[in-house]
Amino acid sequence: MSRAGYVPLGERVAAGAEPLSRILWRFPPYRWCVTLLQRMGFTGRSAVIAIPYLWLLLFFLVPFAFVLKISLAEALIARPPYSSLFEWTEEAYLVIKMNVANYQFLIEDDLYWTAYLNSAKVALISTFFCLVIGYPMAYGMARADPSWRNVLLLLVILPFWTSFLLRVYAWIGILKNNGIINNILMGLGIIDEPIVMMQTNFAVYLGIVYSYLPFMILPLYANLERLDRTLLEAAADLGCRPIKAFVYITLPLSLPGIIAGSLLVFIPAVGEFVIPALLGGPDTLMIGRVLWDEFFANRDWPVASAVAIAILLLLVVPIVIFQRFQAHEAGA
Amino acid sequence: MNNNRSYFLISCMVFGFAFLYVPILSLIIFSFNKSKLVTVWAGFSTKWYGALLQNEQILQAAWISLRIAFVNACFAVALGTLAGFVLARLGRFRGRTLFTGMVTAPLVMPEVITGLSLLLLFVAMQDLIGWPQGRGITTITIAHITFSMAYVAVIVQSRLSSVDESVEEAALDLGARPAKVFFVITLPIIAPALVSGWLLAFTMSLDDLVIASFVSGPGSSTLPMVVFSKVRLGVSPEINALASIIVLLVSMGVIAAGYLMHRQQKIRQRDIQFAIAANK
Amino acid sequence: MAQSTRATPAQEPWNDPHAQPYIRIENVTKKFGAFVAVNNVSLNIYQNEFFCLLGGSGCGKSTLLRMLAGFDSPTSGKIYIDGTDMEGTAPYDRPVNMMFQSYALFPHMTVESNIAFGLKQDRISKTQTTQRVQDILELVQLSPFAQRRPHQLSGGQRQRVALARALVKQPKLLLLDEPLAALDKKLREETQFELVNIQEQTGVTFMVVTHDQEEAMTLSSRIGVMNAGEIVQTGTPTEIYEYPGSRFVADFIGSVNIFEGRITEDEADHVRIDSEEAGCSLYIDHGVTTTSGAKVWFAVRPEKIAISRDKSDADENCTSGTVQEIAYMGDLSIYHVELESGKRVRVTMPNLVRGVSDAITWDEQVYLSWRPSSGVVLMA
Repeated sequence: MSRAGYVPLGERVAAGAEPLSRILWRFPPYRWCVTLLQRMGFTGRSAVIAIPYLWLLLFFLVPFAFVLKISLAEALIARPPYSSLFEWTEEAYLVIKMNVANYQFLIEDDLYWTAYLNSAKVALISTFFCLVIGYPMAYGMARADPSWRNVLLLLVILPFWTSFLLRVYAWIGILKNNGIINNILMGLGIIDEPIVMMQTNFAVYLGIVYSYLPFMILPLYANLERLDRTLLEAAADLGCRPIKAFVYITLPLSLPGIIAGSLLVFIPAVGEFVIPALLGGPDTLMIGRVLWDEFFANRDWPVASAVAIAILLLLVVPIVIFQRFQAHEAGA
Repeated sequence: MNNNRSYFLISCMVFGFAFLYVPILSLIIFSFNKSKLVTVWAGFSTKWYGALLQNEQILQAAWISLRIAFVNACFAVALGTLAGFVLARLGRFRGRTLFTGMVTAPLVMPEVITGLSLLLLFVAMQDLIGWPQGRGITTITIAHITFSMAYVAVIVQSRLSSVDESVEEAALDLGARPAKVFFVITLPIIAPALVSGWLLAFTMSLDDLVIASFVSGPGSSTLPMVVFSKVRLGVSPEINALASIIVLLVSMGVIAAGYLMHRQQKIRQRDIQFAIAANK
Repeated sequence: MAQSTRATPAQEPWNDPHAQPYIRIENVTKKFGAFVAVNNVSLNIYQNEFFCLLGGSGCGKSTLLRMLAGFDSPTSGKIYIDGTDMEGTAPYDRPVNMMFQSYALFPHMTVESNIAFGLKQDRISKTQTTQRVQDILELVQLSPFAQRRPHQLSGGQRQRVALARALVKQPKLLLLDEPLAALDKKLREETQFELVNIQEQTGVTFMVVTHDQEEAMTLSSRIGVMNAGEIVQTGTPTEIYEYPGSRFVADFIGSVNIFEGRITEDEADHVRIDSEEAGCSLYIDHGVTTTSGAKVWFAVRPEKIAISRDKSDADENCTSGTVQEIAYMGDLSIYHVELESGKRVRVTMPNLVRGVSDAITWDEQVYLSWRPSSGVVLMA
């Protein structure tokens, strides 16, 4: 399949005139694309590549260029609320007005620094706790009886399918001053005053760990389940005690799962908005929330864009590692 | 030694699953609470479900969300399958590294960035070519397709890489053209992955608050946006009722799917054993 | 051996200068980056042949097969099938079918639809398709299993479905990639003969790729031995075994004892070689084309060496040594004898009599001898 590249697209599509392509053919955009590509001498192979490629290029990559562009613009009270970067003068000279004030603002204002560092800290600590809770669960699942394994896997996936927002919401009812925990503790007479848990950093950590735990467990489980059990038997046979076997065999071999899980938690957690907005207090500064507020509350699109660029700079290294890793896993 | 270890593992798992499920259970329990104070039990009642069904705003938002989710899931499966196929089967081509990057990056990209960047794109496109006119259901759908197709692509890619490529080569060898091989051999073999990809894309779209908030316009508030604005003002038993309904629907779906898969696997195993036994 | 029934002179088109080859491979080279997988291979295959490409893993035999099927295209060189240049012809347009090593059965289709798949692509009428599927199912004895899915079949049955699926299109050339590798030993032996029968009944030209020399010997009319991307020798199984062209071939097919030496006498009908390694003068009853004094090798198979306690009368082709090891295999015994030069020689003796009390044993001094016609002189 992969090495086939002989026949022009038209012939292929026509010859493989399957129902789906007939249906697709009724959509004008599809028809246009096919004819255009045919004229340009593309083969079926390149058409198959081009369709998702162009989509992602247009709706994923190109938007970042606009973020960069607008982060260099000035905020205006207008629609859209920013100045334009390029202007044609009367003599048809192109004038580029770059404005680095937004970045200067980010660097000079303490608020952004605090938010920036706090996001990294919150994401890092949450990732650590996800790993501590998730690893034994994934390990236990992988070692469970095969008939149980699928049930447990289903139990991990189930919350993932239910609304993220509503699961975060559930914690409000549990943590607030007259919430479930405080009610139980006061009912038992352990405390007299309600413990303040809502709108604290603690609540944010809890929310992130809770929401992202399945992202940690799934890659770990996939890795640990594949682990050849005879390796552990061989280690035992060679006189290695279970704990040592875990440290020297299981742990190093599960490193890819640990890395994948950690990155899947860390990267989105840095830019998390919903959890700090619902569970955190006004002083829980996280960069995603700052971006949101700049955009929706202050309507300062250029500064919001500058914040987005700043987040990307923080995440570019983990994202690249993640991608290398995905490519490697797919290749293996 | 071994026992201690398994006790430790079992208690970890019990704790972990309790952690995952207690909040969801509390949501469901208090949806049947008579009192408006969500967390103080005042007797059993189903009145909040009634109230939910009377709430025009929520119902309308749910309808918008379902429509977006449906269209999104179909497009995401089509595009994601192509992308996964390209990654798993088409080997090297110019720009493959960039392509791989664009497929995997949306999996981890913080939603605020995706949302903001797409909004800026839509604004600029409207400026340049006059489309999309304003923002609403179309822009939300496009945004959702972009990130959910990445998930579908990853599912399809991992499924395809476990399918022996020579099965497709055999079809070519027997005279089927590439397009036909794709539809008659590849797609049926990976059909289960397509179903789970579709469901995942559907629920992710239903679930998304942040990206939709950026790219929505007047009159296109999705369910999560309405829920968020309500939740920000404090807890509301109607939301508990809504959550219970969603949990119920999803669990029924997931359990049914799990049961079907389990049964299929059992039949398959029996067949294999039968085939081996018959051969002896 | 199966080829004995077929290797009559009339059926040896490769020896007939007027015969037209059915498949012509001309100077085909395939490179993957800097790696040369197939290096300037030329090969002629004739109609109704059962040709075997034999070689170790990574020798390029599978790449050659894939180029014939059309999955890979040669970097340079030409492939002609029945006189037609195959360059630019896609796999689905070639009159070639392949039986894959993994069988590659379509898991979502029944046995019947798997076999009918290829006919459907050729838009053959329904009635004819049904008829041809039925016939081929009968040929491979799978009629009762027509409605089963691949996972409901045993390994041997799957193998036969794969064969039927490729054969039903009546290709000009049937490629078989390690057709028996996935079967267990006993089933493999039965299937070998079945495969030969089916080839004879259908008259399709077969080309098998295998790493198993026994399989190659049993199945094929001719063998092409491949090494490092090149075909080092082609010939009938007998030719390859009895008259290997190089040390590589001699060593690859069966086991062999090789002695280094120098030619002392070079005549048209015989050669004499002086070999320090063998510890004696070697007399061989065939001539070679080389100069006197050249370095050559003498190869003799273990079963062609006689082992005895008594010295024979001849001075030539006779040497002595000590028995180092004996392996009892049941039907035969293998002796490892160390010559004075330190060279170890492998000798096999059939166990014709049960429980011989005075059999040759460890550390005994023995004499090894062979006939002038037993061995072969190798130049490379």
